[in-house]
Amino acid sequence: MFDIYLLEAIINGLLLGGVLALLALGLNLIFGVIDVVWICYAELVMFGMYTIFYCYVKFGFPLILACVAGIAVVAVLGFLVHFLVISPILGTAPINQLLATGGLLFFLQSVATLIFGIEFRNIGLRLPVLEFFGMYISFARLLAFCTAAIGMTVLYLFLARTYMGAAIRAISQDREVMVLMGVNSRKVYLFTSAIGGGLAGLAACLLVLQYDVHPALGLSFGPITFMICVLGGLGNMIGGFIAAFIFSQIITIGGFYFQLEWGYVIAFAVFIIMMFIRPQGILGSRS
Amino acid sequence: MNKNNTLFYIIGAVILMLLPFVGVPQYYLHVLITILIYSFIYTSWALMGRFGLVSLGHGAFMAIGAYTVAMLWNYFHLTPWIGIPLALLFSMIVAILIGYPCFRFRIVGHYFALVTLALGEVIRMFIMALRDHTGGDLGMTPDRYELGTSVYALQFAQKETFYIIALVFWAFGIWVWKKVDASMERYALEAISEDEDAAASVGIHVTRQKLRITMISAVMTALGGVLYGQYQMYINPHTVGGVGISLQIVFAVVAGGMYVAFGPTVGAIITISLAEFLRVLIGTAMVGLDNTIYGLMLILFIIFLPQGVLGAILEKGSRKKALRNLTAAMGLTSK
Amino acid sequence: MLELQAVNANYGSFQALFDIDLSVEQGEAVAVIGPNGAGKTTLLRVISGLIPAGEGTLTMEGKNLKTVSPHSIIELGIAHVPENRRLFPRMTVEDNLKMGGFIPAARKEYKERLEFVYELFPILAERCAQLAGTLSGGEQQMCAIARALMSNPKLLLMDEPSAGLAPVIVQRIFELVRQIREKGFTVLIVEQNIQQVLQVVDRAYLLEVGSIKVRGTSAELLDSEEIRKAYIGV
Repeated sequence: MFDIYLLEAIINGLLLGGVLALLALGLNLIFGVIDVVWICYAELVMFGMYTIFYCYVKFGFPLILACVAGIAVVAVLGFLVHFLVISPILGTAPINQLLATGGLLFFLQSVATLIFGIEFRNIGLRLPVLEFFGMYISFARLLAFCTAAIGMTVLYLFLARTYMGAAIRAISQDREVMVLMGVNSRKVYLFTSAIGGGLAGLAACLLVLQYDVHPALGLSFGPITFMICVLGGLGNMIGGFIAAFIFSQIITIGGFYFQLEWGYVIAFAVFIIMMFIRPQGILGSRS
Repeated sequence: MNKNNTLFYIIGAVILMLLPFVGVPQYYLHVLITILIYSFIYTSWALMGRFGLVSLGHGAFMAIGAYTVAMLWNYFHLTPWIGIPLALLFSMIVAILIGYPCFRFRIVGHYFALVTLALGEVIRMFIMALRDHTGGDLGMTPDRYELGTSVYALQFAQKETFYIIALVFWAFGIWVWKKVDASMERYALEAISEDEDAAASVGIHVTRQKLRITMISAVMTALGGVLYGQYQMYINPHTVGGVGISLQIVFAVVAGGMYVAFGPTVGAIITISLAEFLRVLIGTAMVGLDNTIYGLMLILFIIFLPQGVLGAILEKGSRKKALRNLTAAMGLTSK
Repeated sequence: MLELQAVNANYGSFQALFDIDLSVEQGEAVAVIGPNGAGKTTLLRVISGLIPAGEGTLTMEGKNLKTVSPHSIIELGIAHVPENRRLFPRMTVEDNLKMGGFIPAARKEYKERLEFVYELFPILAERCAQLAGTLSGGEQQMCAIARALMSNPKLLLMDEPSAGLAPVIVQRIFELVRQIREKGFTVLIVEQNIQQVLQVVDRAYLLEVGSIKVRGTSAELLDSEEIRKAYIGV
């Protein structure tokens, strides 16, 4: 029996996957290049969403401009994260980096609470819902998916074609030798961090269309983003891409058959099981 | 040397035990109890953390402890005397379920931390999904038994009583920590945290060692969760589960000192005192100020004082002593 | 062109180089030979800034190298082919070469440099889209040398190019060094393969336990009793 609602769920899952893939991309980029996990990554997205909210709703910017502002702000935040927090502890135990970015998570969340308050904010855009053969697909989701796809393509081209892109790819393969090429590692890391921030900002643009923003938002989809990255192989961008779609399908289909939360429970449980079957992730390599 | 230490401990213990009876106000007792309970939990986490097994999901065990006892009591009228062992068993099972595959397949560092993060989230989601029984986001309250004080229900309305209970558990936590510190296993675990392969090659059973310390830590944390639940008489997925509390644990231990027995306790004192102080000073006007300061402090600690406050103080002391011993041994005079 | 005077270098508290006096003039090919652990690699790393030089002067065309930050050394015209090739294994040959021409001065001439390098190493042209980590030892060495040539260096530093390669390939490599020399490049080459390298260079220094023990033309060193007994086994 062909169930149209199941198909709808699958398609919605695909669309959700697009945004999750974008989130995972930024995190994987940072980890793949600099070898640090920004536990506070979702909080950066949250700040991006607030920026867009304020620009669009409170200051009356046109939406596109607000989004550009959002991306720019988070890119700067990414730069600062590396410059102020990561750079000083770069050589030390990985635990320190986890803890430092954990502290940053606390900090960003509570600063947001102080500045913005705990209420849920919504930019109030009611984007249309499209109908395809009896299925209802949210336009916002579709737009998010397309934008994410474009964003990822642009990133791919940047990494493949430009000199800085080559340097970013190279530095994770042999850091010491970069000096001999005339590359300043610190500059590459800062640049990468800014790009990671920019990707988070782009994700913020897409999320703000669909969800309310509040200071604890990061706790909702932060863990999911990490799961996706680890599932796909930490640092592996293609792996993260694939894993994002697997995860999103589990969440939407699980939520379709059972309650919404069960979709997440199943997804997390699958993650844990996958960790034991293939701990380095789908496309990861054993370190 | 040993005699001095024992005397110190006895005097300290007597003072601590008499505290509630010398007229300390109820509010301060409450703060003290909170500090003791959290110190116990933090110390339990540090048992793993000090050996490089950084868990970002210990909230899961707290939640297992608190919710198991509360639900068995509310729905099955099972006294916590039975509920607690069940909760501890349950947490031990979960620890093994996650720990064994992790350690067997050499999941360490970042990966391990993220797996524990996932665990914390799974448990939290589980609690939310069962919202009809757990109350979901709104939390749940263990039913009060008669007048609120009962050994059968392990509920005690009198703060003085709970203070003593919390004190005993806290002391127990410190004792376990010191036992581990003085054991041979400690060296095995330190070797493992430096280089697993090398440790394995000298005959250390890596998986077993890691699993054992994880189980101890998990069970104790669950016990801490139970303590918390029975004291506060209210639990919800954010105070006993989830990323928030898990990170809070980590932060407090790092601030206080992960490698020293009383470090986590110092961490609890710092964080809880700060929270209370801010609350008294500013009230609820600036919600989130305490966390802002925590976050900032954690970052600064990691960058400048990775051994924590107590660790740094003790290290300075011991370094001076070590230097003194060394120069004395070499027969050098001080110049 | 390159001048070292009384240079010392340390690894922490361990002194690796003692009072090194060394020079390379434009157009020359100079070798630094010596046994394992003598400090030959350390010497090259000091020149390219990977290890800070202690006391002593270190100049390139009169410029004090000690005041230049490590990643700017290549802009002064010193390119380093590191020990063990150190290619970027998961990048293509061409991408590796691209990294060699990273500095702005080299980017302008990227196309010409690439053509030059492909002419000198036709096999790299063939394998330009192959991942560098999958190349054979000899091909990797060629790629590493090519990468360094992408910046059109005034001075090419080569660290044990023959290491770990089969004898047939080793001959090819030294032949290539000769070709590079003929194209006009100045080369400072560190080697354990004394016999072969002395046939390719003009002058050589013998480095033992961090100090220069012998210096002279390659002919002189080939004739020297000391060296022949200790290193060539004749």
